Amino acid sequence: MKYLCLVYGEEQKIGEMDDRKCLACDAELRARGQCIASEALEPVATATTVRMRNGRLTVTDGPFAETKEQLAGFYLIEARDLNEAIQIAAKIPPAQVGCVEVRPIRPIREQPRAGRAPG
Amino acid sequence: MPEADIHRRIEAVYQSESRAVLATLIRLLGDFDRAEEALHDAFRAALEKWPTHGMPENPRAWLVSAGRFRSIDQLRRQARFEAFDPLVHDTAGSESAPEDLETGLPDDRLRLIFTCCHPALAADAQIALTLREVCGLTTEQIAQAFLTPVPTLAQRIVRAKAKIRDARIPYEVPAAAELATRLASVLRVIYLVFNEGYTASSGPDLMRLDLASEAIRLGRLLIEMLPEAEAFGLLALMLLHDSRRAARASPSGELIVLEEQDRSLWNRAQIEEGSALVQRALATRRFGPYTLQAAIGAVHCGAAHPAETDWQEIVSLYDLLLRIEPTPIVELNRAVALAMRDGPAVGLALVDDLLARGELTEYRLAHATRADLCRRLGRRAEARAAYTRALALTQLEPERQFLQRRLAELAAN
Repeated sequence: MKYLCLVYGEEQKIGEMDDRKCLACDAELRARGQCIASEALEPVATATTVRMRNGRLTVTDGPFAETKEQLAGFYLIEARDLNEAIQIAAKIPPAQVGCVEVRPIRPIREQPRAGRAPG
Repeated sequence: MPEADIHRRIEAVYQSESRAVLATLIRLLGDFDRAEEALHDAFRAALEKWPTHGMPENPRAWLVSAGRFRSIDQLRRQARFEAFDPLVHDTAGSESAPEDLETGLPDDRLRLIFTCCHPALAADAQIALTLREVCGLTTEQIAQAFLTPVPTLAQRIVRAKAKIRDARIPYEVPAAAELATRLASVLRVIYLVFNEGYTASSGPDLMRLDLASEAIRLGRLLIEMLPEAEAFGLLALMLLHDSRRAARASPSGELIVLEEQDRSLWNRAQIEEGSALVQRALATRRFGPYTLQAAIGAVHCGAAHPAETDWQEIVSLYDLLLRIEPTPIVELNRAVALAMRDGPAVGLALVDDLLARGELTEYRLAHATRADLCRRLGRRAEARAAYTRALALTQLEPERQFLQRRLAELAAN
């Protein structure tokens, strides 16, 4: 089952970490066939937020919300169950200074939901 | 066999076996709701068949088999009308070896407890789910016990089961490497249930007896399957607290503090059992906070009169407890023990230090403690102020009345 591991942390603290630790973690996960995709992200200063309302496009500078801990990267993993996903997330180095949100992937292609008509 | 007789025996089987049967059905069917339906179907089948065919030699295995059969049968009928779902067919198609129906049983109840107490579930959901699935309480009973509206409690359980399903929390006993942390989660749930029953957090009754007994039953079940030091420690702690049940409140429901309790009302059997469990836990040398708190309780319960309490021993135990659990509440309780050993002034200095640091300023017992120590030192104005503060912070009627009595006593002198 697929899970997305969203890596959060205060940018300064994450910035102080040694990239080689993250690369080593990534390499190990890939070697085990547990990692489908993974990337680090540029800081939130480079983020742009896009909204479409009633055909109108709004573009703003920055992340969608100002929070103390920011999204720093992600791992899309394959795990047997939540316990295994938790074990994997715990090994991601920024978990030591920030946190990792573990979210199951919804099988949208296999089980698409019909939406509700806007009221 | 007379109708009423067989019904009584089936009722007895339900009382003793339904939880174990459910635990196994959850493993076999892979779903809580399906397992609950299967359990009902199994007992319905028992009511149909046993009066005429007689009680089976192994009721538990019979019920598991009947429940599983009916559930698979239902799935097959559903599959004819629904789109092919590989997951459904997987469950329906797997023919578990007959041994699985038998040998898995003690482990299944452990699987169930660990799953209901999984840290990925919200804390209040862990409690609700454990009481529902492991203890077999109804949603209404649990809602009433926690003074929560029934729909809120029901939703909590629904969401917890959905999380187990959607996030795929596995139905398993944690591996040895994770056992200690996962056990901590289970122990915390059981202790929260006990605490809720022992000192109801709000409302007119000081103790909700059902929950305390339920927690003790859970504790017994746990040590049967998992003889770990802290599990012994927790059960001991609960038994030792519970042993004082009859002495904690007057017939009119007034709170009676430890010093003033009629110790002849304490339950000796529970004290003996609790003390023995403390010894077992301490002997393993792998004990933790629950064991130490239980050891402290054992010292209290071992004193025939308050004056015979070995406060030195209690202080030593608190010193140890503070090292492994350095929390403000432990500091507070240690301060009380130190006051008893060395005099109120010593205890008061520690309590004031805690409050000055900004700790426990909203904790009613911190102010009640300060009040009591000031009272013993004859510092009446300060005692009055602290009792008043504690009064503002308590939601328990018997506590409120106790604090008001103390205030009245101060005014009277």
